[in-house]
Amino acid sequence: MSSTTGVRPAAETTGSRGPVSRRRRGSLTKRVFGKHPLGWLLSAPYLIFVIAVFAYPLVFAAYISLHDYFFSAPGATVDRPFTGIDNYVTALTDPRVLRSFGNVGIFLLINVPLTVVLSIVLASALNKVVHFRAFLRVSYYVPYVTASVAVVGVWLFLFNGGGLVNSLLGPLAPDPSWLINSAWAMPTIALFVTWKQLGFYILLYLAALQNVPKELYESASTDGAGAFRSFFSVTVPGVRPATVLVLLLATVTGANLFTEPYLLTGGGGPDGASASPVLIMYQQGIQQGKPGYAAAIGVVLVLFVLVLAFLQYRFASGKED
Amino acid sequence: MAIRHRVPGQLTRGQSILRGVVLFVGAVVFLFPFYYMVIGSLQASPDTSLGGAFPNPGNITGENYVAINSRVNLFQGLLSSSIFTGGVVLGTVVFGLLAGYALAVLQWRGRGATFALALLVQVVPFQLLMIPLYVMIARNYGLADNYLGMILPFFINSTAVVIFRQYFLQVPKELFDAARIDGAGDFRLLWQVAIPLVRPALVTVVLLTFIGPWNEFLWPFLITKEASMQPLAVSLANYISTVAASTANPYGAMLAGAVVLAAPVVVLFIVFQRYFISTDIGSGVKG
Repeated sequence: MSSTTGVRPAAETTGSRGPVSRRRRGSLTKRVFGKHPLGWLLSAPYLIFVIAVFAYPLVFAAYISLHDYFFSAPGATVDRPFTGIDNYVTALTDPRVLRSFGNVGIFLLINVPLTVVLSIVLASALNKVVHFRAFLRVSYYVPYVTASVAVVGVWLFLFNGGGLVNSLLGPLAPDPSWLINSAWAMPTIALFVTWKQLGFYILLYLAALQNVPKELYESASTDGAGAFRSFFSVTVPGVRPATVLVLLLATVTGANLFTEPYLLTGGGGPDGASASPVLIMYQQGIQQGKPGYAAAIGVVLVLFVLVLAFLQYRFASGKED
Repeated sequence: MAIRHRVPGQLTRGQSILRGVVLFVGAVVFLFPFYYMVIGSLQASPDTSLGGAFPNPGNITGENYVAINSRVNLFQGLLSSSIFTGGVVLGTVVFGLLAGYALAVLQWRGRGATFALALLVQVVPFQLLMIPLYVMIARNYGLADNYLGMILPFFINSTAVVIFRQYFLQVPKELFDAARIDGAGDFRLLWQVAIPLVRPALVTVVLLTFIGPWNEFLWPFLITKEASMQPLAVSLANYISTVAASTANPYGAMLAGAVVLAAPVVVLFIVFQRYFISTDIGSGVKG
């Protein structure tokens, strides 16, 4: 962000010196839109897109959540009474909804620390390697670029009752099996998502590692720090901005969880043990035709993400001291 | 990677070996499910023992691909996925490039705010917008079972806008100034100077944008009822969640479908892997 400002003002001042440019700056469009009104024209499609697909729906979601909203045919005028916070009260007293938020909590507790630790370790190992670099990088991000729907198929095959994982574990295999066991269903989903997204976070950390000054490693080793010591006192603090970003993105991914509980555990089973808020939104809003109720869950979910993101930012970026 | 001279505190031999082992085990963990996907899709009867992880000439068949194709029209699914993905890639390359150029090269009021917006949009949980977007697109505009409705929420990828901006910022400003002095207008400047210079960014952006719609499940699942409109991810998911249990070798057919869905993306990323590197992706999210 800082790079947008501070680069151009010099050009602005030199430009205003000549009489020609002074006349130009006086024109109305330039005063309203800035030096290059064309910038507005070129960005207009993107801005319209963001307003139509993000800004307006956000406001619309809040509106729907405050009404007894229901679906109707295009063009039909129907009465959708204002109901205040009724939808929120119903949502927050529904044990299924509360459980789904708890499930996301379990998911984040497993997924976020595992993601941060594994991706930082693998990225810094990969950063120093000379041979097979491209091969290793590609193999790490292949799960990230592949459709969830496709890899879910293999995980079902691996983790079903008689699957390869259980036949390797033998008597140690949980009974009932992973995805139909209410204690293991959510951790298995968390593990799946960690595995699937890790490659992307490794790329983010690899980019961050390029910005850690080499001199810091040299001075650390002059002070007698070994490889492990310099990992903790140079690498980890050096990539802190990336860690804040990874925490934020992993939390947003967790809040968005839908495909995995829908397919891996057959719709959030067993008995709601792996239901996510988005899955409940789909079931209540689209299947049961209660969009107001589903929109209220969505608004609560966003507030939940905002609070988590703020806390992570405070603690991970070290701003509190 | 430049040649590094060994300084004290650099990895010892043992530590280097440990690092190699960690990286190799990581690669196996990431790749094995893909290998197993292919093996499983070729098994005549599912073999979940350890031996089943190795190809067994007596148990190999192409039947599963025929079986999945009889339940899910693979060609139709791939065609739908391609139209959906093609629309998004086209929208992103055209309008994302224009926005990225405006953000990097031109000076206009609201530029900083627009850039902040492009970063912010990337952390909005998209699924929250599922209900309002469904009401608007499927109900109010009647665009259910329509490619336009499918493409609309993904039309311009914000990460791509930020990546284009980053590439345009790296072009020396003098090049644009020189072209202006030579009398090039704004559009000629964009078409003949700017775009040829950021050609590598195009490949990166196409790769990054491609995986979004190709792999997307929830949105096309919500707004398509007709089987002929469904992208392959949706029709395969429907097969997994409903019909799989009623077939003779459910896993074989499921994995055959998974291979067909995964193969185009995996091949694309292996062929163009040098364009999908860490610094671009890092700048795309962070700005």
